[in-house]
Amino acid sequence: MFGDYSIGDLGSIFVMQGFAGLILFSVYVLMALGLAIIFGQMGVINMAHGEFMILGAYVTWMTSNLFQTYLPSLFSGYFFLAMILAFVASGALGMLVEWVLIRHLYKRPLDTLLATWGLSLILQQAFRSVFGAREVGVDLPQWMLGSLHVTESIEVPINGVFVMCLTVLITVGVAYVMYKSRWGRQVRAVVQNRIMAGAVGINTEKVDRYTYGLGCGIAGVAGSAFTMIGSTGPTSGQLYIVDTFLVVVFGGAASLLGTIASAFSISQTQSTLEFFMSGSMAKVLTLLAVVGILMLRPQGLFALKVRK
Amino acid sequence: MSDEPNKGLLSPLRRKLLMGMAALPAITMLPKASFAQAPATSAVNTTGLAVTDTEVTVGILHSATGTMAISETGSIEAEKLAIEQINAMGGVLGRKIKFIQEDGASDWPTFAEKAKKLLVNDKVAAIMGCWTSASRKAVLPVMEQYNGMLYYPTFYEGLEQSKNVIYTGQEATQQILAGLNWIAKEKGAKSFFFVGSDYIWPRTSNKIARKHVENVLKGKVVGEEYYPLGNTQFNSVINKIKLTKPDVIFTDVVGGSNVAFYKQLKAAGIDLSKQALLTISVTEDEIDGIGGENIAGAYACMKYFQSLDNPNNKTFVPAFKKMWGEKTVIGDVTQAAYLGPWLWKLTVEKAGSFDVDKIAAASPGVEFKGAPEGYVRIHENHHLWSKTRVGRAKLDGQFELIFETADLVEPDPFPKGYQ
Repeated sequence: MFGDYSIGDLGSIFVMQGFAGLILFSVYVLMALGLAIIFGQMGVINMAHGEFMILGAYVTWMTSNLFQTYLPSLFSGYFFLAMILAFVASGALGMLVEWVLIRHLYKRPLDTLLATWGLSLILQQAFRSVFGAREVGVDLPQWMLGSLHVTESIEVPINGVFVMCLTVLITVGVAYVMYKSRWGRQVRAVVQNRIMAGAVGINTEKVDRYTYGLGCGIAGVAGSAFTMIGSTGPTSGQLYIVDTFLVVVFGGAASLLGTIASAFSISQTQSTLEFFMSGSMAKVLTLLAVVGILMLRPQGLFALKVRK
Repeated sequence: MSDEPNKGLLSPLRRKLLMGMAALPAITMLPKASFAQAPATSAVNTTGLAVTDTEVTVGILHSATGTMAISETGSIEAEKLAIEQINAMGGVLGRKIKFIQEDGASDWPTFAEKAKKLLVNDKVAAIMGCWTSASRKAVLPVMEQYNGMLYYPTFYEGLEQSKNVIYTGQEATQQILAGLNWIAKEKGAKSFFFVGSDYIWPRTSNKIARKHVENVLKGKVVGEEYYPLGNTQFNSVINKIKLTKPDVIFTDVVGGSNVAFYKQLKAAGIDLSKQALLTISVTEDEIDGIGGENIAGAYACMKYFQSLDNPNNKTFVPAFKKMWGEKTVIGDVTQAAYLGPWLWKLTVEKAGSFDVDKIAAASPGVEFKGAPEGYVRIHENHHLWSKTRVGRAKLDGQFELIFETADLVEPDPFPKGYQ
C-alpha cells in the first residue's frame, strides 16, 4: 500500500498518525479519570458517567450563547470559564446524587449499577425536555479551530493539542490531590479501611460525597472539552461510556497509573491498527486483545496489593 | 281517515328517499365531484377502520425518546403540520384527521409492537412513521400481516418494495447516481474516498456508488472505510485521506459521529472549499449540531433543501416555522415526512375509499403538485419520482442549490448491475 508514495509523504503521515494516537490517548484519559476515581476509590459503578459529561457540554453551550449575546468582545476566552462552570455544575449534581441516591447503596455495589443506569435514563430525558431532542452546535472561538502547520506537510489539529494540555493539567492536579493533599490521604484511608478511618475521626460520609463530586466534576470538564471534537445531544454521553469502562477496567480499577497505562496501550493499538485496516476491524481487534489480556489478568494491568 | 291524505302526500317522498338510499353504494362509482356531501362511512370504509362520519384516525409512529429522537423529531413535526393543514382545508373525504402518536423509543421491537397496537386496537387508516431501516424492517411484517398502510419518509438503501408501504424518501440510486455524475463532470473527479458508518445503509449505498464510479464514470475508489456507529475519533481516516489525496471524499457517516467527523476534518486543516466532499447523510438538521463553520463548502446530495426557491416551498417554510419556532430547520427527511399525509389524502380521494387494498391499488400515478420539493408522483413500485439536487453548505447552516436534474428521476429499488 505504500509503493505509490514518497518517503517525505510517508514520514509526515506517520508523524501525524502518532499525534492522532496521542490525541486519542488524551481523550481516553480525560473521560476515564472521573470514572476511575468513583469506581476505583468508592467501588461505585457509575453508569451515568456519560450524562455528567454531557451536562458539562450543555453548560459549555449555554456559556457560549451567553457570551455571544452579552459579551461578544470576550468570546475568544469563554471556553475557560465554561470549563470551570461545567466542573461546578456536574460536581454539584454529583454531590446531590450521592446524597439522595448513592449513599444508601454503598453496601450493595451491584445495585448502584442499576440505580445509576436509571439515573442516566432520567438525565437523558431531562436533557431532551430542557434542551430539545436535536443536537446543539457549540460555537468555538476562531483560535481554537484549524490546525498548526509544523512543516509543509505536517499539520496538527489545535483542538487536539488543547485536549492534550488539558489532560496533562487535570491528571497532574488529580494526582496531587490524591497523593499529596490531606484530603487525598483521607480518601485513600477510607478506601483501604472504612471502619478504621471512621474510628480515627475521618468523616467518611463527607469524604464519599466530595470524592463522588470530584469524579463527576471531572466528567463535566471532559464533556466540555469534547464539544470541540464530538456532538452535543441528549444521548451523546452513550458514545463514551463503553470506551470509558474499557479503559478503567483494563487499567485495574483502583489505580490512577493503571488508567493512564491502559488508555495509552488501547489508544496506540487502536490508532495503529486503524491505519492498516478499516475502523470497525481495528476496534474488533483491540477489543479482542483487551478481552484476551483480561482473561489472563482479571485484576487489570495495575492492581493495588491489598491483604484480603 | 283524516291522516290518509297526509300519508298520500308523504309516501311518494318516502319512496324516493328509499330509492336514494338503495342507490348509495353506487355513489362510489361516480366521479367525486358529483356530490358535495361527505360519502357515507359504510361506503368508504368496508374493512372496519377507525373512520366515523366526521373523523378518520391515523397513527404517527416515530421515536420521541432515545437516540433516534434527534432525527425523528423533525418528521413528527412535519406530519403534524401536514395533518393540521389538511384539516384546515376540510379534511379527507369530508372527515377531519385525528392522529394517535406512539413512541417507538429508538427500539426496533417497540416499533413493531406499537405498529401492531395502532393497527389492531386503534384500527388506524394509515401510519406515518419509522425512520431507520431497522425500524422499518421490524414494522414491515406487521403491516403486511394486518394489512396496514405505512408512509415511510427516510432516504434509504432500496432493495425493498411492499404493497403496504409508500416510500416518500429516495432510494439509493435516486440519491447517489446523479450526484456522482455531477461531481465527476463539474470537478473532473477521478478518485474517490468513501467514509461511512458501519451498517446496512452506508454499506449498500457505497456498493452502488463504487459500481457507478468504476463502471460508468471510469474512476477509481482509493479508499473505503467504515467506523462503528457512534465512533468519535476520525483522525486516522483523515490521515489516510491526506495520504491518498482523493479528488472527492464521499461520506455517509450518521448520527453523533457526523459531528465528530466534520469537526476533526476541519481541525486537521482540510479546507472544504478546496477539497471536494460529497455527502449523502448531512441535511440542515445535522448541520445544526455540526456547526456551519465546520462544514461550509461541502456538497450534499438530497432532493430537498430548505432554501429551495419555488412557490410551494415559500409557503411551506414559514408555515413550519410558525408552528414549530423560528429557529427550527427543515431537512430532506422532514420534507419527505410532510409528503406522507398529503399523498395519503390524495390517494384516498382518488380511490374514494379508506380501504387499504384500494389505496395500495390507487397509489401509482398519484401526484402531489403542492410538494415543497416541487412535484412528486408515486411510481408503480410505491416509491416517488423526484428530482436529485446538489447543494453547497454555507456558513449559516443552509444549503445553496448548485445543481438539479432536469427531469424527475425514476425510483429503482432493485437496480440492475449495481448489486
